[in-house]
Amino acid sequence: MWRRCLLTGMLVWLAATPASAFVAYVSNEKGNTVTVIDTNSWAVTKTIKVGQRPRGVEFSRDGKFVMVAVGDDDTIQVIDTKTQEIVDTLPSGPDPELFTQDAAGNTLYVANENDNTVTVIDLKTRARIGDIQVGVEPEGMTISPDGKILINTSETTNMAHFIDTSTRQIVANVLVDSRPRFAQFKRDGSELWVSSEIGGTVSIIDPVKREVTGKITFEIPGLRNEAIQPVGIGMTKDGKTAFVALGPANRVAVVDGATHKVLKYLLVGQRVWHMDFTPDEKYLMVTNGVSNDVSVIDVASQKVIKTIQVGELPWGITIAQP
Amino acid sequence: MFRWLIGTIALSMMATGALAADPVEIHIGYLGHAGVKSTLSLVEQPADNDGIAGARLAIEDNNTTGKFLNQRFVLDEVKVKDSDDVAKVATDLAGRNDYIITDLPADALLKVADALRDRGTVLLNAGAIDDRLREQDCRGNVIHVAPTRSMLADALGQYLVWKQWKRWLLVTGSHDQDKLYAEALRRAATRFGAKIVQERTFEDTGGARRTDSGVTLIQRQMPVFTQQAPAYDVLVAADESEVFANYLPYRTWDPRPVAGSAGLVPTSWDASHDQWGAIQIQNRFVKLNMRRMTALDMQAWTAARMIGEATSRTNSGDLKKVTAFLKSKDFSIAAFKGTRLTLRDWNWQLRQPILLADGRMVVSVSPQEGFLHQVSELDTLGVDRPETKCKLQ
Repeated sequence: MWRRCLLTGMLVWLAATPASAFVAYVSNEKGNTVTVIDTNSWAVTKTIKVGQRPRGVEFSRDGKFVMVAVGDDDTIQVIDTKTQEIVDTLPSGPDPELFTQDAAGNTLYVANENDNTVTVIDLKTRARIGDIQVGVEPEGMTISPDGKILINTSETTNMAHFIDTSTRQIVANVLVDSRPRFAQFKRDGSELWVSSEIGGTVSIIDPVKREVTGKITFEIPGLRNEAIQPVGIGMTKDGKTAFVALGPANRVAVVDGATHKVLKYLLVGQRVWHMDFTPDEKYLMVTNGVSNDVSVIDVASQKVIKTIQVGELPWGITIAQP
Repeated sequence: MFRWLIGTIALSMMATGALAADPVEIHIGYLGHAGVKSTLSLVEQPADNDGIAGARLAIEDNNTTGKFLNQRFVLDEVKVKDSDDVAKVATDLAGRNDYIITDLPADALLKVADALRDRGTVLLNAGAIDDRLREQDCRGNVIHVAPTRSMLADALGQYLVWKQWKRWLLVTGSHDQDKLYAEALRRAATRFGAKIVQERTFEDTGGARRTDSGVTLIQRQMPVFTQQAPAYDVLVAADESEVFANYLPYRTWDPRPVAGSAGLVPTSWDASHDQWGAIQIQNRFVKLNMRRMTALDMQAWTAARMIGEATSRTNSGDLKKVTAFLKSKDFSIAAFKGTRLTLRDWNWQLRQPILLADGRMVVSVSPQEGFLHQVSELDTLGVDRPETKCKLQ
């Protein structure tokens, strides 16, 4: 009897959790909320009230928490993924916007827009352990795959700052186009991509030479040049395909990771901003700030398959196992 | 052996010198005029450091970037009185600075531009909105950061037409610059399909702007002045001289909105603008200057940032290189307006979106949706290439 019961239970459990059941957390900048989406049903399962102006949002490495930078409250809030409630805050500097963590999930690096610093936080003790002075209006943050170099981009200084994670000293500054927003390494560490919102380009940087070796430009017939404002970047693990959100151009560019050629443009919602893949890389979800929704892109077919209404001015997104 | 030693010492000295090289210094002059204009509204009264405060912030921003490139920016501030010989003051200033940001009336700016013509000094006009400086009186050594009257008028005109407020009652002050603004507004009405149903002139009969019981009088005066107008949607006031426009809102005979020099005002910047990352510069500005940022502050900030941008892009303090870059197709500047700002190569006017603000909030930003252009939608604001009278020399 109990055996049968267990078996049935397992069958039910199997049916309820197909391979693609992940959970996405979307920060809504104007709504002061985080929307939780189930990627199996593509339904909103919860809306969590958070602090003021939530932007950068990311799962902790162990998946137990989601961290969300609430800029106007000068802190990072920690959401427990089990209860989906705020359980703690992290001591960032003023106006935190984007952040990144090391591979082990021990150290968090936060870009504080308001005072030209990157704050270093120990995630175990949840204490602030240092600051690094960078350029004007720091924003984009990422860490090299080997963990040795932290990248910070500064919007008015227009640079990608290379910071040695062991000494916390700037070791190089690479000039990119106007208002660099987001930085991402290829998984193999061979290239660093930096988007420039006002410059309208993505710079390809050689992380060894620490210089710009190429630039991706975008042209969309019928659309004025100034409306093309690259922000979020997503790259498949194999480095073969990249997606670039083009802001008020309302499109996501699909870029060949090797040749850096733009392959096609996918029409999404208005002012497309940031993005994340489901962990199986079947889907890419992008936030559309002005139309208050999230577009779901089927990565293999490179088609937009779904739009999900979220809160006001969706900004960041992070996806992981529930 | 001895020789070899000397050689080594010399070599090591050179290497040390290169490592600890003094930063490249970029000297920027700021030439403003003494005395501030009197405004009707006390809250709009400009501070003594109006404009300069913006340049100072840009110097800080430039220096934050400059420390990564071994560049240092220095601001040299001078104010001229009406009685001063502005050409002479400017020549002295140009002796110490390669770039001069100016906040001068049109005639004074022309004197300065002509006096410095052969020196290579780059002038950045942050204060004067006169179209003639970009048209018949344009100069090759002046870059215009301030928007023109016609850009401001077009920005307002586009919005009013978008809003379907197409019937305008135009009220113009009696001073020259009021008439110039009215002319720009008439041009905007024609371009965008609005109709000026009637024009009235508000004569400046003199009198103090501050009186203890002025309100009673104004409350009777303004309705009377605006009565018996033909049917109109919006009252557009051209009053750069600050004589009457701010008395109009809530006092017109017919209940109609006011725009132009009061009510909904087209401007390059507003203290309430917080879109496109602007909140960051607003915060930095307040922290540095203990007051809110005005349009003139923003124009001066942008001017000094343009120099910073060009020096960091060229990684050079060489005036010729920097100027060539400033005037090249590759130059653009980010200034919290949601789009990159570039220079019109026929008269060196900075293309820029214009905010429409009501004194508390930014209501809209022009160019408005649907006003299209083959080159840049920003060129739907102001005098465009085919119409220009400028011949750069």
